[in-house]
Amino acid sequence: MNPFRLTLLLVFLFSISNLTGQALADELVVYSARNEHLIKPLFDAYTHETGIKITYITDKEGPLLQRLKSEGRNTRADLLITVDAGNLWHAANEGVLQKIESPQLAANIPANLRDPDNRWFGLSLRARTLVYSTERVKPEQLSSYAALGEPKWRGRLLLRTSKKVYNQSLVAMLIAEYGEAQTEQIITTWVDNLAAPPFASDTKLMQAILAGQGDVGIVNTYYFGRLLKENPDLKLALYWPNQDSTGVHVNISGAGVTKYAKNPRGAVKFLEWLSSEKAQNLFADANMEYPVNPGVEAHAYVKSWGSFKASEMNLARAGELQSDAIKLMDRAGYH
Amino acid sequence: MFSFSLDRTAASLRGCRRFLLHPSGWQHLTLAVALLVLAPLTVLLLSWTEPAWGIWQHLRETLLSQLLINTFILVVGVTTGTLLLGVSLAWLTGACEFPGRTHFSWLLLLPLAMPTYVLAFVFLGLFDYSGPIQIPLRAWFGRDLWIPDIRSASGVVLVMSLALYPYVYLLTRNAFSTQGKRALEAAQSLGCSPTAGFFRVVLPMARPWIAGGATLVLMEALADFGAVSIFNFDTFTTAIYKAWFGFFSLAAAGQLSTLLVSMVFLLIVLEQKLRKRMRFSQSRVTAQAERIILNSAKKWLATSYCSGVLLIAFFLPALQLLRWSLKVFDLEFDNRYGMLLGRSLSLGLTAALFITVVATLLAYAGRRHPDRLTLSLIRISTLGYALPGTVLAVGIFMPLAALDNFLIDFARENFNFALPQLMQGTIIIMLLAYLIRFMAAGYKSIDSAMHRVTSNIDEASRLMGLRGLKLLVKVHLPMLRGGIFTALTLVFVDVMKEMPITLMTRPFGWDTLAVKIYELTSEGEWERAALPALTLLLCGLLPIVLLMRGTEGK
Repeated sequence: MNPFRLTLLLVFLFSISNLTGQALADELVVYSARNEHLIKPLFDAYTHETGIKITYITDKEGPLLQRLKSEGRNTRADLLITVDAGNLWHAANEGVLQKIESPQLAANIPANLRDPDNRWFGLSLRARTLVYSTERVKPEQLSSYAALGEPKWRGRLLLRTSKKVYNQSLVAMLIAEYGEAQTEQIITTWVDNLAAPPFASDTKLMQAILAGQGDVGIVNTYYFGRLLKENPDLKLALYWPNQDSTGVHVNISGAGVTKYAKNPRGAVKFLEWLSSEKAQNLFADANMEYPVNPGVEAHAYVKSWGSFKASEMNLARAGELQSDAIKLMDRAGYH
Repeated sequence: MFSFSLDRTAASLRGCRRFLLHPSGWQHLTLAVALLVLAPLTVLLLSWTEPAWGIWQHLRETLLSQLLINTFILVVGVTTGTLLLGVSLAWLTGACEFPGRTHFSWLLLLPLAMPTYVLAFVFLGLFDYSGPIQIPLRAWFGRDLWIPDIRSASGVVLVMSLALYPYVYLLTRNAFSTQGKRALEAAQSLGCSPTAGFFRVVLPMARPWIAGGATLVLMEALADFGAVSIFNFDTFTTAIYKAWFGFFSLAAAGQLSTLLVSMVFLLIVLEQKLRKRMRFSQSRVTAQAERIILNSAKKWLATSYCSGVLLIAFFLPALQLLRWSLKVFDLEFDNRYGMLLGRSLSLGLTAALFITVVATLLAYAGRRHPDRLTLSLIRISTLGYALPGTVLAVGIFMPLAALDNFLIDFARENFNFALPQLMQGTIIIMLLAYLIRFMAAGYKSIDSAMHRVTSNIDEASRLMGLRGLKLLVKVHLPMLRGGIFTALTLVFVDVMKEMPITLMTRPFGWDTLAVKIYELTSEGEWERAALPALTLLLCGLLPIVLLMRGTEGK
């Protein structure tokens, strides 16, 4: 046999050895942009409790959304799980999610953390807040996001890139609060105060504060939690801004039932279970986040960072204003 | 001269006509592969029907000029950097003699298995302001000590040159080691010094290989998103991702991508035009040129240069990965690693074999039918390498889903039969998708090697009754061994490192090591990602090393 035929035969054999089976009747199929190691424990727990099997595939938000759109009504997906309200808002806007009437979800999840039209629901909460060096900054010097533009922070502020969706949602919230012109002014003063070009990750930003490259920055709570776990003597602390006004900017990871779900009832049941007491802790604690269900306590470790007043703006606004926020940051030279 | 080129044009036109009227099996094949690659490109071209002028205007007003400057710096810098490193190292190990040469010859390939984004992350961790190098330096010399910033254009260029030089090195070494000693001897008998002989004879004779390697590097640099985003260095790809993930406009992302591909296509055409009339075959197959024995100072310089590159591009980052892996081993390691490794390996191997076979057939088709149409189709077949991975993945997925939808609806409406999704989530689709993505890596390696085979050999073989596939298998394959090995290696490693296409086309629950790395890094868990990265490195490396020593031995 010549090498070409042999290769093609091998390729063929390998290809057909991996054909996948099709969905069972009460199986659930999930498309998830939330990482596997954060969701798999929940899937396993649900299967253990109900016997319902959950099949899933993970990818980035963009490709998953495009996948749902291209597959149309032949999609296998029942549920879309993703991170950031902007992404959920966009999925709803593209028409790949369906409305759900569930008194249980309405009771478990505060109104500002779910879609006004009930197409998506927040499942865990993270705050995007200030972090400062306990060696060089006193908490009294801090007050609000906007105040980071004050001249006293010149050469002391560190930011993550504006390309990260978390910052886009934060600035969208500022636009909702202050209007576009004033927000642009705030962002411009932030850029003036930068001690170094924006970082690619929150962790790098905090390490730079530790090394003395800057004194204050904006990060998601769980990144701080991870660093603190590695080093309990961390010379960093969180500060909760805007406590006299709108509250700390919060964001969610969440989910929605797909428009062409084959098992929509099963998907709603699973969502309800996720918002319930026992699942909420499992969901939030896996990533050091806060439960969305107000009846559920956050993990003691997470609570030890302090309590705060959170923004009550509906997160759908962050999605609506996202492209304005990006354009504004581009104009202000925040990269 | 003029009549000569007119002659050629006429011949090429005749070739095109023959293609259109009586295409041979070879031309059918080139057409099939080109159509495969054209499918996602067409999806992207169709994006122009959906206007996205608002985004264009915004980009033009704010970022575009800076993005173009950055992209230019990146492409020119990385191409220059990889050429300097790759060609000099290939010359040293391929044509000179110095202590440790036989080991360096294969050791220098190791960085090939180091994904660019991993190298970028490790370098940033080590050399940034908050890294373990700068902190003690500032402690000793004071805070005002000026240290060059790694998070800069030169930092990105450095990292990407170190990660990508093996492409040039691997191909060029192949050229140098197949170059007979006659040409160099002739040059020396005409009074050239070894150095002059290198620049005037050896280097020009190796041009298709060097150009092939440089083209691969250029495409990689243009399409890269991982490394540049770790450095927060905005390039043209940044605009593509911003349009898509920020402004939620896949149309604008598609439009920007088509510009990127057209740019690459023009560059390929230009380079091939420039060397069109050159011949690179040997007049006779001769023994390899004797190695240039370096004198005492030079030989140690060569040894330390090779060790230096190896240390910085491979051992330093590998050591860091090892350190992190040990730290997270208990948390991260589980019994799924065997399966992940098995899948990565089998997928890489199968794809490497498949793509190399198709690349060999394509290169042979181009040799048999060097008319403009066939050559254009071949060029199109290699364009998938120049697209940002995620964009190409979506471009591949959309026509697939459309086909599936058509089949499912057809079966339901006509036969009332619920057909499952046939196309998605099968390995055959993954292999075809990889073919679209990595054709360039296979083709460039084999096509350049084919330049060494003179047309006299083909004619002689035909006189002896060897034609078509038989000629290719019996006569060419043994002569192409080096090129085939190069193609297999490049594709194997590329497939194992690939993320976006694997993520989008894999079957449900079918994870590989690259998928695992994606999962962990997307939420910034870089230290945990070190374990799959190291596994990828080790199992990606081992086969290379074995193969390498195998071919060296012969």
